[in-house]
Amino acid sequence: MSGYILRRCLAVIPVMLLVAIFVFLLLRLTPGDPAAIIAGDMATPAQLERIREAMGLNDPIPVQFATWIGQLLRGDLGVSLISNTPVSVMVADRIGPTISIAVLTILMSVVIAVPMGVLAAWKHRSAADYAVMTFSVLGFSVPVFVIGYLFILVFSLRLGWFPVQGFQPISAGLRPFLSTAFLPALTLSTIYVALIARMTRANMLEVLGEDYIRTARAKGAPERRVLFRHALRNAAVPILTVIGTGFALLIGGVVVTETVFNIPGLGRLTVDAILARDYPVIQAMILLTSFLYVLVNLLIDLSYSLFDPRIRY
Amino acid sequence: MFNRLTAGLLASTMLAGTAFAETKITAVMHSGLRVLDPIITTAHISRNHAYMIYDVLVAQDSQFQPQPQMADWTTSDDGLTWTFTLREGLVFHDGAPVTAADAVASLNRWAQRDAGGQVIMDRTASLEATDERTITWTLTEPFVPMLDVLSKQSAIPPFIMPARVAETPADEAITEYVGSGPFRFVEAEFQPGLKVVYEKFEDYVPREEPADWMAGGKVVNVDRVEWVNMPDVQTAVNALSSGEIDYIEAMQVDLIPLLEGDPNVVVEKREPTGMQTMVRMNFLHPPFDNQQIRQAALKAITQEPVLAAMVGNPEYYQVCGAILGCGTPLESTGGSDTLTQGGGEDEARALLEEAGYDGTPVVIMAPTDLVALVTQPVVVSQALRQAGFNVDMQPMDWQTLVTRRASQAAPAEGGWNIFITNWMVPEISNPISNPMLNGRGNDAWFGWPTDETIEGLKEEFIDAADAEAQVEVAARIQDHAIDNVLLVPLGQYTLPQARRTTITDMIDSPVPVFWGINKAE
Amino acid sequence: MAQTPQPGAAMQPVLRALRLPSFGIGARLAALILAVIVVLTLLAGWIAPHDPLSMNPMARLQGPSQAHPLGTDNFGRDIFSRVLIGGQLSLIIGIATAAVAVVLGLVIGLIAGFFRTADAIIMRAMDALMAIPSILLAIALVALNGPSVGSVIAAITIPEIPRVVRLVRAVILSAREEPYVEAAIALGTSMPKILIRHLVPNTLAPLIVQGTYILASAILTEAILSFLGAGVSTETPTWGNIMAEGRQFFRIKPELILYPGIALSLCILSINLLGDAARDMLDPRLKKRAG
Repeated sequence: MSGYILRRCLAVIPVMLLVAIFVFLLLRLTPGDPAAIIAGDMATPAQLERIREAMGLNDPIPVQFATWIGQLLRGDLGVSLISNTPVSVMVADRIGPTISIAVLTILMSVVIAVPMGVLAAWKHRSAADYAVMTFSVLGFSVPVFVIGYLFILVFSLRLGWFPVQGFQPISAGLRPFLSTAFLPALTLSTIYVALIARMTRANMLEVLGEDYIRTARAKGAPERRVLFRHALRNAAVPILTVIGTGFALLIGGVVVTETVFNIPGLGRLTVDAILARDYPVIQAMILLTSFLYVLVNLLIDLSYSLFDPRIRY
Repeated sequence: MFNRLTAGLLASTMLAGTAFAETKITAVMHSGLRVLDPIITTAHISRNHAYMIYDVLVAQDSQFQPQPQMADWTTSDDGLTWTFTLREGLVFHDGAPVTAADAVASLNRWAQRDAGGQVIMDRTASLEATDERTITWTLTEPFVPMLDVLSKQSAIPPFIMPARVAETPADEAITEYVGSGPFRFVEAEFQPGLKVVYEKFEDYVPREEPADWMAGGKVVNVDRVEWVNMPDVQTAVNALSSGEIDYIEAMQVDLIPLLEGDPNVVVEKREPTGMQTMVRMNFLHPPFDNQQIRQAALKAITQEPVLAAMVGNPEYYQVCGAILGCGTPLESTGGSDTLTQGGGEDEARALLEEAGYDGTPVVIMAPTDLVALVTQPVVVSQALRQAGFNVDMQPMDWQTLVTRRASQAAPAEGGWNIFITNWMVPEISNPISNPMLNGRGNDAWFGWPTDETIEGLKEEFIDAADAEAQVEVAARIQDHAIDNVLLVPLGQYTLPQARRTTITDMIDSPVPVFWGINKAE
Repeated sequence: MAQTPQPGAAMQPVLRALRLPSFGIGARLAALILAVIVVLTLLAGWIAPHDPLSMNPMARLQGPSQAHPLGTDNFGRDIFSRVLIGGQLSLIIGIATAAVAVVLGLVIGLIAGFFRTADAIIMRAMDALMAIPSILLAIALVALNGPSVGSVIAAITIPEIPRVVRLVRAVILSAREEPYVEAAIALGTSMPKILIRHLVPNTLAPLIVQGTYILASAILTEAILSFLGAGVSTETPTWGNIMAEGRQFFRIKPELILYPGIALSLCILSINLLGDAARDMLDPRLKKRAG
């Protein structure tokens, strides 16, 4: 088992190296000149050239790549071209809102979606099933920002239940945190709920057709026990997987939601950096989110054995 | 109910953090602050930041006149020697007194980046700190607009920094943010693009005179000012209604109805002059290397649709054919009738035919991410198309535009034909510092016109004996600039500001400043 | 789905799926909605009462009227015409993305599935590509290459490819263990022939399903890219950039987001429903349960 864990962990290295190469090439092979950004809008060509030289932009691409990887290995994410702030400081400033909203979203989604999926499978082809399925397709079909604006319109402006924008960290207290994080998390949940509900339903349907469920029912086990103890436990692995793959979706959603709700998180940091061509920030952010994605999926892989007794390493 | 509870909780947690009730203004500015060096960028937000934490030697009042701020001045009878004397009590935020050496170092760095500064330096024999508080600036020939250049509010004002900071090369950004202005920059709380925090600088000694634009006493009545960035103005409007913020610098005019009827909010124009929006063409490449085709484009454009699409409510815009801005001392509107009244389309077609326009595509760079610049290219494209131009409007984000407009390559190879930008009227109201009126080819502003006539006219302007003579030269500058189409003025607009009624006594200067301002409990 | 006994037989479920009457009521409704949207969009040039680009800034942000059934936008352009025409480019971007992603994914997946040596490298590269959040990758691609239609399509396509590759590879891996494929290899059939005659048909059914999902998500992604400031020019309307432009007027004129939003959501909804129906139809296990 520990051998397996080690192998899975080591497999992360080549993937991350490839991500780093992709990101680096993406920025180096496309038009755009970081020196021009540093130099400002009144720079002369000679000034530009000096800055390029100083930044190492005139070095061959492999040398630049090696320099960058070397920095990364020393834990140095670089310095923002625009604001001269270390990227690590910028990330530290902004990671809180993003992580807390992401976690809240996942919690809310699971709490909402799993019972929905179980219900739909249990009452297969009933009105409830169709309602859940329709909702879950709808969740995929409406753009996140439209949902966000609708929620603001209804819950913040009409009903006045939540502030319209901003963010309060958990350290400010649970109540302020929830009042600012609830709507963004709910907005983000729509896709996730759709995804998880569908996956839960599909797997529950499959599992409910298995012989051991019939056996359990035949033995007179109460329906709730059959559903949640026997069936859901066995359907858990694919559901976990979808949470992992959905993580990428979540990051995409976070970018949009942070813009809609004006949350100072990593999503906005990244989009702003891309639009401003702040290369060190773009590189670091894409690398970081990818690493997070890989990590989450690794953890989920490793946790399979907890949920599915058939999987043993 | 829930939100009121929350608001209460929020308020109490906030208060718990501070021992005394401090006055804090939370403001949403027109963009996020990212660049902290006001000398290497012309970005307005960096300039506004600089006015918070730095001070200037000479400052402009509401009559566009230079007034003493950090320094008084005298000038010799031959106009060649300028002596500036720093007033007493000036200290930097680190406690060190401001010396003449600091000022000289700052002026030297500034002059390397600023067009007006370069003009002075071309005429400078020496610039020296003659004692702790005296700066002596000796010129090789008289330069009448000396104080106008030193006191200008924009692109780029000569902010005074400690000499050790001002010794940073002019093409590198400074890394220490110490000024002698009325506010102190709280570096620990700075979040680039998101939030900037300023605290009142207790040791600042304001001038005695009442504040008048950038001149006069900068008396600070609040303890703390926070600038937060909200890219979506609607979000800011919501936050202002609910009292989460106190002030919005630039309201989108279309959204004003949302705040009407809110007794706690005032929407108003802060300053009367506003912004000029304008078209700049590239003189190096076809079709706009041809003067007649440039004129055809000018004739094809009418200002009002551009302004209407951009601003909406006519109360907040003004057609204006004056390249030096309407409502300024040098205003002149020669040659701009078709721009302001329309009806130039036939003339445009005729000019195009006469010039033998061969359908060369006109590449218009259209920013996608700056609300203040998104609409103009769309309307201008449409107008040019209707006159018979073959238009290729290329959308791009502002950073790309800024990079690309520096390219002198042919439009098909990564260059461009047209871009549109906005200026604060005080930035363009003087022919010396108006970047569009630089006719020195490769050394000129983007577009690179080679225009000896305009250079000659500017010399005449510099030599003009008095205000009356200046106005006369300015009128000829206007006529020539329109004739050669150094720019196409698209009119003026003022984005109103919005404030909670608790905020009062704001200074009505083009640069939004936070001295003078009061906040009621 | 790889249990089909004979090459070519894999096409059977596809053909069955295309026989609409066997679909459920929801899918039939979806097909109808989609058909209406596609027809309206195709005929937009004739139906639209105005040129979607012709502007009149003096009559901007107006409510519905005889001349402008859905009112005008901030340039005084006709919203109805723009939403109609906007559908064209949205659908083109969606279809192009799905087609390119499926074809490229198929080719790469075949290589990975059939050639053991290439497999490890390709799949690590695909893992890496999948690890980069697709929206971030797409914004970066568009921002850095300029927001042309082509670069938007490329930007949406590239992150979709790994998913197709994985799917194709999985199908191929199980199919190549099939006796008829082993037999073909043993008989010395040429490699391209094995791939095209015996393996590709197995992938078609799942690829069609996957293709519909990519189509739907591409239309959605285009909208999100526009929203974040990295979409195609407002001179070539798409549902996405109409909404993106309308967003700053959301409080005073929600229609600018509402109408294109409804069109886009209905379109994606019906594509997704059809995809689901096709999958149910093509997946023998689900079929068994349904019967």
